[in-house]
Amino acid sequence: MTNWIDIAALDDIPPQGARLIRTRTGCVAVFRTHDDRVFALDDRCPHKGGPLSEGIVAGHTITCPLHNWVFDLNTGIAQGADDGSVATYPARVENGRVLVGSEIIARRHAA
Amino acid sequence: MKKKLVVIGAGMASGRMLEQLFEADPGAYDVTLFNGEPRGNYNRLMLSPVLSGEKTYDDIVTHDAAWYEANGVDCRFGEPVVRIDRENRIVHSNHSSAEYDALVIATGSAPFIIPVVGKELPGVVTYRDLEDTNAMIDAGVAGKDAVVIGGGLLGLEAAAGMAARGASVTVIHLMGHLMERQLDPAAGYLLQRDLEKRGITVHCKGATKAIMGHGKAEAVLLEDGTVYPADLVCMAVGIRPETRIAVDAHLEVERGITVDDALRTSDPHIFALGECVEHRQQLFGLVAPLYDQAKVLARTLLGEEAAFQPVKTATKLKVTGCDLFSAGDFAEGEGREDIVFRDPGRGIYKRLVLQDDRIIGVVMYGDTADGNWFYGLMKDGTDISEMRDTLIFGPAYQGGAAPDPMAAVAALPPEAEICGCNGVCKGTIVQAVQGGATTLDAVRATTKASGSCGTCTGLVQQVMAFTLGSDVAETPQGMCKCTDHTHEDVRRLIRTMDLKSIPAVMQELGWKTVGGCHSCRPALNFYLLTEWPLEYRDDRQSRFVNERNHANIQKDGTYSVVPRMWGGVTTPAELRAIADAADRYNVPMVKVTGGQRIDLLGVRKEDLPDMWADLNAAGLVSGHAYSKGLRTVKTCVGKEFCRFGTQDSTGLGIRLEKLLWGSWTPHKVKLGVSGCPRNCAEATCKDVGIVCVDSGYQISVSGAAGMEVKETEALVTVPTEDEAVEWTAAFIQLYRENARYLDRAWKWTAKVGLDWVKEHLSDAENRRALNERFELSQSVYRRDPWAEHAKPGARDEFSPLADFRLEAAE
Ligand code: SRM
Ligand SMILES: Cc1cc2nc3c(=O)[nH]c(=O)nc-3n(C[C@H](O)[C@H](O)[C@H](O)COP(=O)(O)OP(=O)(O)OC[C@H]3O[C@@H](n4cnc5c(N)ncnc54)[C@H](O)[C@@H]3O)c2cc1C
Ligand code: SF4
Ligand code: FES
Repeated sequence: MTNWIDIAALDDIPPQGARLIRTRTGCVAVFRTHDDRVFALDDRCPHKGGPLSEGIVAGHTITCPLHNWVFDLNTGIAQGADDGSVATYPARVENGRVLVGSEIIARRHAA
Repeated sequence: MKKKLVVIGAGMASGRMLEQLFEADPGAYDVTLFNGEPRGNYNRLMLSPVLSGEKTYDDIVTHDAAWYEANGVDCRFGEPVVRIDRENRIVHSNHSSAEYDALVIATGSAPFIIPVVGKELPGVVTYRDLEDTNAMIDAGVAGKDAVVIGGGLLGLEAAAGMAARGASVTVIHLMGHLMERQLDPAAGYLLQRDLEKRGITVHCKGATKAIMGHGKAEAVLLEDGTVYPADLVCMAVGIRPETRIAVDAHLEVERGITVDDALRTSDPHIFALGECVEHRQQLFGLVAPLYDQAKVLARTLLGEEAAFQPVKTATKLKVTGCDLFSAGDFAEGEGREDIVFRDPGRGIYKRLVLQDDRIIGVVMYGDTADGNWFYGLMKDGTDISEMRDTLIFGPAYQGGAAPDPMAAVAALPPEAEICGCNGVCKGTIVQAVQGGATTLDAVRATTKASGSCGTCTGLVQQVMAFTLGSDVAETPQGMCKCTDHTHEDVRRLIRTMDLKSIPAVMQELGWKTVGGCHSCRPALNFYLLTEWPLEYRDDRQSRFVNERNHANIQKDGTYSVVPRMWGGVTTPAELRAIADAADRYNVPMVKVTGGQRIDLLGVRKEDLPDMWADLNAAGLVSGHAYSKGLRTVKTCVGKEFCRFGTQDSTGLGIRLEKLLWGSWTPHKVKLGVSGCPRNCAEATCKDVGIVCVDSGYQISVSGAAGMEVKETEALVTVPTEDEAVEWTAAFIQLYRENARYLDRAWKWTAKVGLDWVKEHLSDAENRRALNERFELSQSVYRRDPWAEHAKPGARDEFSPLADFRLEAAE
């Protein structure tokens, strides 16, 4: 079962933007999409480590700012011809607050 | 003996429940009905038509005095219940009390009041009952200024109603688009457009800071400083269940009064229904599920088994002329697919969200006739795979053979209109093609078909293909996978169709995706801000990281900071400030750039605002080393010091940089100004290069020294510095207005031809107009983005949301 941690108000994340959560094992990016859903993914592109939080959010995808790989925010899987995936974590909005799964703190480093 | 039933609240839910109860067993209970409002049950939904003048209060009464009398209801209207005595089973108002065997709480909900200064001023109302409605009717009758806070269902009905009565109305909405809980941005845009057509001002992304006024409401102040005059302010920002008496009575209350499937509260003698309840963590704000609750509660009260099960509900907005329909879940998600239909000419948008071959969400705007049919398919979980291809066209298209577009075009008579904007019919296009116009461009040139809004392009191509008996050879490349329109088309249409936002472009030009992509969004943002410098607000989220963060991202996620050094000239004080910043923020590398200034590399994102503030304090501003905009103006020392210098090249460079800085351009723009033909500033490989000579200034353009090395081409030689500046700004504005996003100047001039550029610029009138338009845009953009983002309050986005590094990791 997921334990939820309240980290911020939804409005702290710009629509179609992202903010970071720092953890001991690296940063997690929390994205907000145009339809006010939130997604939490490792902030590290599997290609060359680009910070995904700095990419452009379009629909439910994120484009890495360094070399334009595109990832599905739901699954973390790279789209199109590119091969790779990013870890995703539970995240949701409730009453205007952003909640993330506590496994974000407890996870082991993926690499 | 009859049992005693007391009902608190004569609203829509309890009203329906009583109807059901009396119908099933009129003899079961003696009913006492308390109501806070001084009247019985009326159709609350219909307050909006009352407000707009389409109905009167009398039209919307559901239960009149005669009905209550016939059913023997003891009515205590205008008597809010203040206490429930559970031990003795008595409820009290301030005037009377009543004993019960069974008690029903149906107190509905209370409007949410945002806690801003001035919220209690006279003239601030909510939208819940007849009193509120009458206050708003009065505002309209008197032709006053009204502000509605909240662009949801209720707020918009209030706004439209007051506007219909003659008030001048502004809607302030916190989110990016109207009714965001029911609509996606595309539909929200269409709704906004329709409301604006009827004179309602809509301000999205507006946070209310205060309601101002002496003794009564006079104006509303927003966080961004905007002020709207307001004789009346209607707060319609949301509702919360009215649970006060239940809380006081120590019933179990979460967000609403908790009830089980039989609608029983934590006290077996007390029941509740309507907006005041919470059932399995769910609250209710629309009547459909409340009517189901009414049915269930009537049976529960008669001792029958019944269980309430909420169903998905659909929403419509009751504003005449704004047709929208929304139901289910329309968020994107894993395994979800969209079917989108747009007919920009008629302002129609339909979107179905599918999962596992079933409809799970519907959003419609403009034509909602099929709403209920889709809603039915959704509720029943019908498998739609068989009719998927034609599903979006509604029930009328189901069952027949799949339509063949070619056959449809062939069947059209010659006088059938193909291009609505320019009134071109099929026959005209056929003639043009037979006359030799075999490309789309040629057809456009000869007939104007598809030359305006462009949405008929596909149809025109089909007519061409049918006439030629083959596929049309050349289709111009769309901007990206989201649209078939070319960059040039999109720019032209933004202008001619008056499109002023990204959702507007996407709707009107039939974007195939919901929110665009990383390739079209930055381009659209640029086209819009060039076309509408005053009206359009730059969209940070549609910018590439460097431009969003006003610094260049490095391969390890740190940033580089390059302050402007006007014309390459600096001072000891500036150098000291740069050195201090480098020390204070542990900058790993300080480097002189190829553009005559200093780069601080390896800065952490969260340090950016502090570093900018420090640099600002020393008078340094952003060098835009990251932008598709003006970068550097490289200069040489010129005649002030150099023995060969013919003019003040350094001074001119600084003057140009101060004129041009901050402007956004299709690609980066670099300038060079050399004091003599020895050309120490390398002016002849810049986007604009000026080489000073004795007789004046030789201006050449469209050079580059990057992936391609291009020598500039001569544009003109002018005698005075003022003219050199005027020509330069005119050239840059022409480039801004015409080049495709990400075409560097040389690429653009290669496409249009330098002669075309010269022709435009040699006309003095034209040059002046270009300079004026550039200046208008600069009145907005000639400012330091660092200063703006270093302000307290604007910094948050540069720091992490949360830091869990100190928490135990396993
Ligand atoms: C810092 C600097 C190198 C240096 O250490 O000197 C530099 C650094 C970058 N250049 Fe450059 N260019 C720098 C002068 C130049 C010059 C020389 C000049 O301006 O005199 C050129 C050739 C002249 C020209 O532009 O025509 C140059 C041609 C490019 C190009 C190729 C442009 C082209 O049209 O072919 C790119 C790629 C692009 O823009 O798409 C580029 C892109 C870049 C980027 C922004 C790459 C990127 O996207 O991350 C580099 C950013 C590094 C950083 O984080 O700061 N840089 N770059 C110079 C900054 C100048 C300044 O003060 O603003
Ligand atoms: C302007 C407007 C337009 C709407 N349009 C739509 C629509 O298009 N579609 C839709 O589905 N829904 C719509 N709604 C919502 C719908 O009206 C509500 O969902 C519905 O009325 C809720 O019914 P209810 O019985 O729970 O509460 P209500 O109808 O609000 O009735 C509650 C009653 O209890 C009384 N009361 C409260 N406390 C006490 C107390 N302590 N003692 C005695 N009496 C008390 C109140 O005075 C009130 O009369 C609209 C609402 C409004 C205001
Ligand atoms: S030449 Fe290449 S590596 Fe060097 S700064 Fe320019 S873009 Fe970066
Ligand atoms: S690092 Fe993300 S695409 Fe290269």
